[in-house]
Amino acid sequence: MTITSVETDYDNLTVTLIAHFDNPIDQVWELWSDPRKLELWWGPPGYPASVQKHDLRAGGEVTYSMTGPDGEQHRGIWRVASVDPPTSLQFTDAFADSHHAPLADAPTSNIAVRLVERDGGTRMELHMTFETREDMQQIVDTGTVDGLKHAINQMDSLLAP
Amino acid sequence: MVVGEPSPQVVDQVFRALADSTRRDILRRCAVDEPSVSRLAQAYPMSFAAVQKHVATLERAGLVVKVRRGREQIVHTDTAAVEGARQALDELAATWRGRVERMSNLLATGGAE
Repeated sequence: MTITSVETDYDNLTVTLIAHFDNPIDQVWELWSDPRKLELWWGPPGYPASVQKHDLRAGGEVTYSMTGPDGEQHRGIWRVASVDPPTSLQFTDAFADSHHAPLADAPTSNIAVRLVERDGGTRMELHMTFETREDMQQIVDTGTVDGLKHAINQMDSLLAP
Repeated sequence: MVVGEPSPQVVDQVFRALADSTRRDILRRCAVDEPSVSRLAQAYPMSFAAVQKHVATLERAGLVVKVRRGREQIVHTDTAAVEGARQALDELAATWRGRVERMSNLLATGGAE
């Protein structure tokens, strides 16, 4: 089993995925750093990806498109925040229009990749969260309505004479 | 990037709507009660119009629904939309799980060499 854990943290709205590969770290890194290899795994089945621009440097961009079953195009763009081959990569991934400009109203996710040599293979950690323009932590305070009701009930019992 | 995700715009509107303390407080009140817009307006040191604007932002994000009751506008929460933020996170996790599985297959079969 390659994926050793997937943790979804609803309180902080983050996903942490940990995987182990038997391959050396350089091979795993190439899946990210070589656009022709990236194309092989980025798109889900039925949505082949092609990578246009691939500038994997801090401040650089990676642009891609995926073609759906009906020929429709889904475009996206990475904005690279930091790169340290072959161990770390951070970028934001956003939906984009036909000119590969990020769509203003679509959610953007922050992805942090970390590779570590482990047991003759490579451990890969992916940390993901949705980017918001404002304080994400606060947002989560609301949680679900059930959570709210629970919190408010607790307040009530504290306030009860 | 999630292919086939129902509406990224809606998810973003939810996040934006929740990124304001007054709106979160309005949402909290509407979860336990079904206040009218005018009663909500009395609870905050701001104009009726300002509160109405916050309610409209929450309404656009689908987090609350406004219904007319007599002469009053009653506001109540829409649980499905609040759940939407969690769902978006589940979809993000599923998307990346698929990607990592494909990476694994490529590495195992030498398809990436």
